[in-house]
Amino acid sequence: MMLYQTSQLTDRSYDAIRCKMRSLTTTSLVLGAMIGLSACVQVAAPDKPIVINLNINIKQEVVYRLDGDAKDLINQEADIF
Amino acid sequence: MFKYAKKNKALAAFGGLALAAVAAAPVMAQRDPAYAAARAAGKIGEKPDGYLGFVTAPSPAIKALVEDINIKRKAAYTRKAQETNSTVEQFAFTSGCNLIMRTVPGEKYQTPSGTWNTRDSSEPVRDSRCP
Repeated sequence: MMLYQTSQLTDRSYDAIRCKMRSLTTTSLVLGAMIGLSACVQVAAPDKPIVINLNINIKQEVVYRLDGDAKDLINQEADIF
Repeated sequence: MFKYAKKNKALAAFGGLALAAVAAAPVMAQRDPAYAAARAAGKIGEKPDGYLGFVTAPSPAIKALVEDINIKRKAAYTRKAQETNSTVEQFAFTSGCNLIMRTVPGEKYQTPSGTWNTRDSSEPVRDSRCP
């Protein structure tokens, strides 16, 4: 009786371990998918600041290019500056 | 004889320079005294966009004076923007950077955040894009 029970328990526990492993695999897959999804959302977020930074860079380039002409104008038309 | 001629030549050159300076003087127009006074009193100041702004509520005379100067500035910026293949706003902004830099201690200028600062001996607070 005791022996039978043990063997049954052992068999059951083996099944339980397999089942547990399978459920673990499923859980990790779901988790991976969730992480993957959340990562996608995070990638989309910094889109706007990047665009703004580009605008600033372009404008600063223009400012540096026009600086000499602006100085000339201020010197030439001193009455309105 | 040669020495005399050389001296004479130098004198003539000097005279020519002086004459050129006198002739050039009317072209280098100066600020209207009322405009200079309003600037010095801190009633008006330079804005980052290249135009003059009111620090305090202006009198009708000062309001008219500033509007007239700003219209003339915009005309000058428009002309220069066309020459340099840029927009009026870009040229005006670049001029604003320079105009704030040229304010003398005691004069007012507007910071990028919009507050009016009095220029002192330290460097003015300007937009990060200013050269």
